[in-house]
Amino acid sequence: MNGLQQTLTLAWRSLVQVRRNPWELGDYSIQPILFLVLFLYVFGGAIAGSPDDYLEFVLPGVIVMNMLFVTVYVGHGLNTDLTRGVFDRFRALPIPRWAPLAGRILADVVKQALCLALLLAVGYLLGFRLATSLVHLLGMILLVLVFAVAFSWVMVLVGVIARDPEHVQLFGFTALFPITFVSSAFVPVETMPDWLQGFVNANPVSLLADASRALMSGGAAAAPASWSLLWALGIALVFAPLSVYALNRRLARG
Amino acid sequence: MSRAIVVEELVRDFGGTRALDGVNLSVPTGQVLGLLGPNGAGKTTVVRTLATLLAPTAGQAWVGGFDVVRESARVREIIGLTGQYASVDEKLTGRENLILIGRLLGLKRAEAKARADVLLEDFSLEDAARRPAQTYSGGMRRRLDLAASLVGRPRILFLDEPSTGLDPRARRDLWHRIRQLQADGTSVLLTTQYLEEADALADSIVVLDQGRVIAEGTSSQLKARVGARTLYVTVFDPAVAARAAEQITAVVGVQAQVDGEQISAPVQDPGLLPAVLRALDEAGIEVAELGLRGASLDDVFLALTGHSGHFEPIAAEDTA
Repeated sequence: MNGLQQTLTLAWRSLVQVRRNPWELGDYSIQPILFLVLFLYVFGGAIAGSPDDYLEFVLPGVIVMNMLFVTVYVGHGLNTDLTRGVFDRFRALPIPRWAPLAGRILADVVKQALCLALLLAVGYLLGFRLATSLVHLLGMILLVLVFAVAFSWVMVLVGVIARDPEHVQLFGFTALFPITFVSSAFVPVETMPDWLQGFVNANPVSLLADASRALMSGGAAAAPASWSLLWALGIALVFAPLSVYALNRRLARG
Repeated sequence: MSRAIVVEELVRDFGGTRALDGVNLSVPTGQVLGLLGPNGAGKTTVVRTLATLLAPTAGQAWVGGFDVVRESARVREIIGLTGQYASVDEKLTGRENLILIGRLLGLKRAEAKARADVLLEDFSLEDAARRPAQTYSGGMRRRLDLAASLVGRPRILFLDEPSTGLDPRARRDLWHRIRQLQADGTSVLLTTQYLEEADALADSIVVLDQGRVIAEGTSSQLKARVGARTLYVTVFDPAVAARAAEQITAVVGVQAQVDGEQISAPVQDPGLLPAVLRALDEAGIEVAELGLRGASLDDVFLALTGHSGHFEPIAAEDTA
């Protein structure tokens, strides 16, 4: 038996709930869809002149926001397994010790892809039309998914440290809201005060939103996309070892 | 006699605290060993070490002949673990939980399903098989948890406080299933803080207190170490209980213990009973009840450690 088969089995385990209850996916995406519609029709006119003009700007931003929110569930699920003893059951089985974590992250990529498809569909219904090409769109999807995997490690760390699953959600969303809003995800950075622009321009959420926007509606994608990937690499390099270290410490605590 | 589990001088520290302080024990193949002790005695640490979830600080342990540190992967192939809390995935159905474990153990999809269905039937869970585990009662969850630990037909099974939080009926049902496993030749290490449970299930008992083994033997051997019987006297007025204890101590020659209006003391010679009654009568103490009973493991624990194990009687437990 190799670890890959077991990783797939563990990913199936996280996904089978979605298949039985597709509304669970709605749990992940209902908020971003709500944001998309609200932003579009409430703020769209003020920000971009009309809701229709704003859609092109805000859809990529909401996609990035949704991706970040969905990563919270990696930490939530891991913490549930740790506190309920499911993780111990897996560790007492003859499977590689990295398989449960790998399975969870793999399942998360699939959930991310499903949520992304959902948001693109909602965007289409609201009138969004791709201005670039299918290749560009696939590039955007790949970029967002790569960033999601990297950012998942932050939430793995939160999941390991948090006392219970509720705290994972509380901490995760509390941290993500300012990071998401102090970015160019929903409004152009030029409208913000100078002192804020420096932060916003360096924020990976801005870079990822800018890159996604360019890949979907045209414009220079190479620079923000490269910076986004660099951020993803940096986040993974810092948080993956940190998470594994924290996890081992937690497990050794008994 | 072959041994399923051997533990030698096992030590485990957590930070500055020594949870296990040189534990020795062994489980003969096909037998049930009851690891008895109060909360915090180190029972769970022993189980987690043997199940390869924790590395020992010092000492050695073998499970099925495999070293738990150097051959941990081999150990995991032959063990089943049922934790203190039901470690099943609440979102999955009972059947999916069992299929998941089967697949992880390398069974083909059809085999895993067949094995799951057999276990669901064995554990009377067929009706709930397609419901998420979060809808199960405490007893059903524990049965599912036990079933999950049996998917791989383990030769050696760890049951860590299996009946904590179960109502009496669910507990009896669980005991029945553990006896069946025993009859099938599975070696079992069972931890419990219930004296009745160790008494009912275990071939032999190891008593653990503050990370040390303080006694071992069969249930009757342990009781014999303390005294054949326990004398107990109930007085009408708790205010005179201390005075009654003095009288009793003087007669039986062992320090009597007071608990409310009840006084107890281990006795070797049942012939002392009339003498105790006479002494209390002369001291003017009214006796409500007086008698002898076989020593309970609680008495054993008290006699061995000098402090009560704070074992709760099973009946007083909350139901879940």
